[in-house]
Parts: sequence; structure tokens; C-alpha cells
Amino acid sequence: MQLEILTPEHKVFSGSVYGVQLPGVEGSFEILQNHAPMVAALGEGKMKILKDKNSNETYNITGGFVETLNNKTTVLLEGAESVSY
Amino acid sequence: MSGQLKEVRLRIQSVTSTQQITKAMKMVSAAKLRRAQDAILQMRPYTQKMQEMLTNIVSSLSGDMELPLAAERATERVLIIPITSDRGTCGAYNSNIIKTARQTIETKYAAQQAKGNVTILPIGKKGYEYFQRHGYKLVDDYWNLFADLSFENVRRAAIYAQEAFLRKEYDRVELVYSQFKNAATQVFVSEPYLPIPKVEATESKKQTDFIFEPSKEILIQELMPKILNTQVYKAILDAHASEHGARMTAMDKATENAAEILRSLKISYNRARQAAITTELTEIVSGAAALKG
Repeated sequence: MQLEILTPEHKVFSGSVYGVQLPGVEGSFEILQNHAPMVAALGEGKMKILKDKNSNETYNITGGFVETLNNKTTVLLEGAESVSY
Repeated sequence: MSGQLKEVRLRIQSVTSTQQITKAMKMVSAAKLRRAQDAILQMRPYTQKMQEMLTNIVSSLSGDMELPLAAERATERVLIIPITSDRGTCGAYNSNIIKTARQTIETKYAAQQAKGNVTILPIGKKGYEYFQRHGYKLVDDYWNLFADLSFENVRRAAIYAQEAFLRKEYDRVELVYSQFKNAATQVFVSEPYLPIPKVEATESKKQTDFIFEPSKEILIQELMPKILNTQVYKAILDAHASEHGARMTAMDKATENAAEILRSLKISYNRARQAAITTELTEIVSGAAALKG
């Protein structure tokens, strides 16, 4: 699955991933390979990029939108802050 | 003779310093252009995607929901937003924007203009001064956005236009600005802003059955103002980069012209110097000849 994470300032992430967990306004959800086409609004919370089954990256976000279509997922954010472990 | 020499020398001096100034201005513009360009390139994918999402939602909505911001009304009153620069010395940039704006008014909105129903919301000092001088109806709260260019300030102007549209103060809003292609090329466009232009849904998109979460209505209410704000912001960033591009080109031309003038001035200087020497020699030789008698 292709994932792109965009903010007005720069591209935060672009590449092939296993999946992504997102904080929807009505609760957290995960997008994996072959997800049905969807447009969703995001709320405040943690966004987790699952690069493969073992490694991931987490960001704090305050809201935005996600669109997924034909295994291409685009996340639009006003800002993203990387959380390091 | 030496009088003429001095004159030419002074001109050479003044042209040289002018050339230095234009050269410096070109360098400054080049640096500013790069920064402005970066801002655009980073912004572009974001706005494109937002636009795409909006198109998807709107085309899947058609008929289902009346969007206040996409409401087509009989065009009675029009708001034009021309984006010019604050400063000159950028060639034909500002006059081209103004020309495009006037063309739009005179061709598309001639009837509204005749009734005095065209209002201008100028951004940038040059456009503000022009439209004020020529007696257009103005909204002059936002003309100096470039003094402190930030998303927040741009947003205020965008929101003004949206709210005025919703209050039915205007039935149509257009942005007139210069799209940035590269440093030497600007594309001057008049772009409909409100109502949100109906984008023809392409076949593949029509068939895509999106899941909307939470609901289309809420999504669109959240998405719409954001998209419209970024659209104005993008136009302003484009205009900003175009301005610096235009200035860079203009200053480059000016530097070239100065070099050309300098070349011909140097020729006349040398010619005058040679003439002075010849005259002096002739005087000495003829003086000596007279003494010999």
C-alpha cells in the first residue's frame, strides 16, 4: 500500500507501507492493503505508520483528512509532530 | 574639450552605479525567489489532494445536498480579488495583472460593471493604488497582506470573501493572479473562486463508491473552508514567487542595458579624449611653426 502524508509546509512521509493507524473523529481505525475507497476526517491523537510488521513510526496530530483509493492512501494534516521512543 | 570629457566621465560613473544597484536587486530577488518557490513546491501536493478530495465529495453529492458555498445564483454583484505586488521594478508584472483583471471585468462582467456592482478586493499595494485612482469600488482592508505574509493573515481575507458570499453580498468571486511556471514565465489567470466551480466528475471517479466518515455533510463542512483558505494562500504564494521571478528578469535586463550603454559611453569617452589630444598637439605644432616663422 502506498502512503503519503502531506502538510502545507512539507511532505512528512511517502512510501510503501503495511498499514497506518489513524485517530478518526469517531474513533481510531486502521487502513490496510485493499481497503475500500474512503474519505474520513481525523481528530486529535496519534497516527501510527506501520512500515512492516515489526517497525513503525508515531506522530502526534491535531486533525486533518485521509483519503484512500486503489491502495493509495493520502493523509492531509495541518501539522505533524514525530514522537520518538 | 575637457568639459565634454568630464561630462562623459560623470555619465559613465552614474551608469556604473545604476548597474551595480540593478545587479544587487537581481541577486536579492533570486534569493527571495528561491524561498518563495520552495514554499510553493511544498504546498502544491497538499492543495492538489485537497482539491481532489473536494471534487470526489462534491461529485458524489450532486443532487443530494445544497452547498451554500457552491450555490449558483444569478450574477448580480461580483467581487474581484487581484493579487499584485507591493513594489514596482518588476517589469510588466503588475500592469499585466491589472490588465487581466480589467479584461475580466469588461468582458465577463460588463453588465454588472455598468450598474456599479463590481467590487475590488485588492491584495498588494500596486493594485490597491491603481483601482483606487480609477474610482473602482474597493474593499481596502486586506491590501497590505504582503507586508506580513502568513497563512493566518491570508485566511482572514479568504474568510471575508466566503462570509460575504454566504451573506449574498456577492454572487461571484474571482481571483486574478499570476501562476508561477518558472522565473521567466508567469501565466496570468482569472480564476473563479466562489461559487465553488462545478468540476466535471470523470468516469472512473463517478464509479468510485467512497465511504465517508463521519458523514458527507460534516466532512464537507470541515473541508470546505480549509480548502478555500488554502486556495487563496496558494494563489498568494504563486503571485509572490511570480513577482520575484518577474523582478529578477527585469533587473537582469536592466543590468544588460546598462552594460550596453556603458560600452557606447566608453567609445565616446575615448573618442573625445583622442580629439582633445589631437587638438593639443596641433596647437603645439602650429605654435612652434609660427615661432620659426
